Amino acid sequence: MQLAANVLVLAALYALMAEGFVLIYRASRVFNLAHGDLMMLGGYVFFTCLVATEGNLSASVILALAAGFLVGVGVYLVGIRPLTGYPVASIVLVTVAIGILIRSLATLIWSGQVRYPVHLLPFKDTPHQFLGDAVFSTLDLASVAAALVFFVALVILLQRTALGVRMRATAENPRLAANSGINIHRVIALSWGLSCFGATLAALFYSTRVNLEPDSWLIGLRAFAPALIGGMNSPLGVLPGALIVALVEVFAAQYLGPVMVNSAAFIVLLIALWIRPWGLFGTREEVVRV
Amino acid sequence: MTTNASGYFKTRYSFELGFWETPLRRFWVVVGLGLAVAFPFVASTFWVSIMNLAAIAAIGALALNLLTGYTGQLSLGHAGFLAAGAFTVGILVGQWSAPFWITLPAAILIGMGLGILVGVPALRLRGIYLSISTLAAYFVIMSLATEYQSQFGKGSGMLIPPPQIGAWILTGERNWYFVLLVLVALATLLCLNLNRSHVGRAWLAIRERDLAASALGIDVSFYKVLAFLISTAMTTFAGALLAYYTAFVSAEAFTFLVTIEYLAMILVGGLGSVLGSLLGAVFVTMLPFLVERAVDSLPVPATFKTHLFAVQTGLFAVLMLAFLMFEPHGLARIWGRARAYFELWPFKYRPLQ
Repeated sequence: MQLAANVLVLAALYALMAEGFVLIYRASRVFNLAHGDLMMLGGYVFFTCLVATEGNLSASVILALAAGFLVGVGVYLVGIRPLTGYPVASIVLVTVAIGILIRSLATLIWSGQVRYPVHLLPFKDTPHQFLGDAVFSTLDLASVAAALVFFVALVILLQRTALGVRMRATAENPRLAANSGINIHRVIALSWGLSCFGATLAALFYSTRVNLEPDSWLIGLRAFAPALIGGMNSPLGVLPGALIVALVEVFAAQYLGPVMVNSAAFIVLLIALWIRPWGLFGTREEVVRV
Repeated sequence: MTTNASGYFKTRYSFELGFWETPLRRFWVVVGLGLAVAFPFVASTFWVSIMNLAAIAAIGALALNLLTGYTGQLSLGHAGFLAAGAFTVGILVGQWSAPFWITLPAAILIGMGLGILVGVPALRLRGIYLSISTLAAYFVIMSLATEYQSQFGKGSGMLIPPPQIGAWILTGERNWYFVLLVLVALATLLCLNLNRSHVGRAWLAIRERDLAASALGIDVSFYKVLAFLISTAMTTFAGALLAYYTAFVSAEAFTFLVTIEYLAMILVGGLGSVLGSLLGAVFVTMLPFLVERAVDSLPVPATFKTHLFAVQTGLFAVLMLAFLMFEPHGLARIWGRARAYFELWPFKYRPLQ
């Protein structure tokens, strides 16, 4: 039961981060390899807000999420939009370079020290018992709840609002969408913002449950596996994808030792690329060779 | 018809295939080689050692440029392949104290195997999905390497004795320099020859448009896997050389940043340019040392000194961004433009013919 609980909590984090890859892929057909660094940045902004407001949780959360959204929009406007029409490989390299820039700036600003924002929280992270002997901490419950709220809100946005229709149209055929009078650059910028919003949300929980250091970006990169397994252009495919990767990772931690944990997600990713590169719910034509 | 300012005209197809484009070029290559040979006699040991590192990097950069610049397959696992080469040497030397004439070919064979392993998804994947498979391969290779290092109690790394032929032991920066110079020359020759043969033309066609290449009768899967095979074999060779040169193998030396450094080399130097790979390798290898001197001598905030590494990587990122956005063809194109400017002076454009 405890293993199932761990899987659920890890899957919630992975789903939040992986959704960012999917949103950006749908909007601009690019893999954003800076996603992990953007998540790490979100965690640091949250930490700084906590320090500045002396533990005012709601203000820090709102500030960090707003900053995350704006950073996402900013990265698109400064780094990605000028390269519209360049080969995809160049744009992916640009995201790699942006990621490294963020990482070195974070080291220069906050130093390479490991931080524990959990000590700044105004409440204690107490364990609760559920369903037999499974133990969830307050933060675990909050992260699962946050993931649920984020995905429900996203589905409502995509399915029920005019903006969501525009986003789906842009994902399906950007040129046609642009010709139909949709300001696709605004839609794509919004997707980047939402993607970083999700990453920052994940960072809130990751930084408080584990820690905060410039190397946290790797966790964000690992979230690429659930996105690909679910299908890069399927917004809800990340949920089963995240469950699969979390399952493999928790069991690897249990039975194979700590070194394999880091690569478990990537091994799953390689297997997925060999067997079903378009993912569980993705579109086949996007990927397959000539 | 291609013209050159010298009035040298290419009138036959065989000229296009020729190794020396113009007689003048032969002259400059000889001059360049002469300067390279003279270098260690005038420079200090410190600069010779930097050039040695640059020479090893040049072999790796040439390999990456074959794959990314010529064939257009972005590889994000280059550090993993270097590590595979270095660890092949480390394991063979550590377990069986194998001599270098066994470990170097073994590293090349391992590289070929890895190239096929990573390249075979090219049979069904294309573009950026293939790059992701190289990225995943990097993390898998590194976790295997880390696992080996911790399993066999070699916590911080493995020591590698210098290569030895009979009684002669390869040590000293200057001796290494000449050995590496020959190896770089051979690697350059290999790349130049590949690129002017049917293989190179097939790669270029695949880079420009794989669908069109396939319509022209090029076996796209075969040439893609071939590009992976040759590139990773050269990379593992460079990794093995690095192991011997630094006399030390450790998983910590092959972080993801190493991949970025190599990508920066071919971006700064010029994608799809042999000269660019060499220039880029020298430039990127020298950059950290130059940054260190600059930080020491310029009035900069104190955090820059304590986090020198972050300054260096940040500068790499800025360089990569600048070249990607403003000069995607790198130093090689800047050099070409400068040459054209002087050739055409006082005019700006080539005359109409």
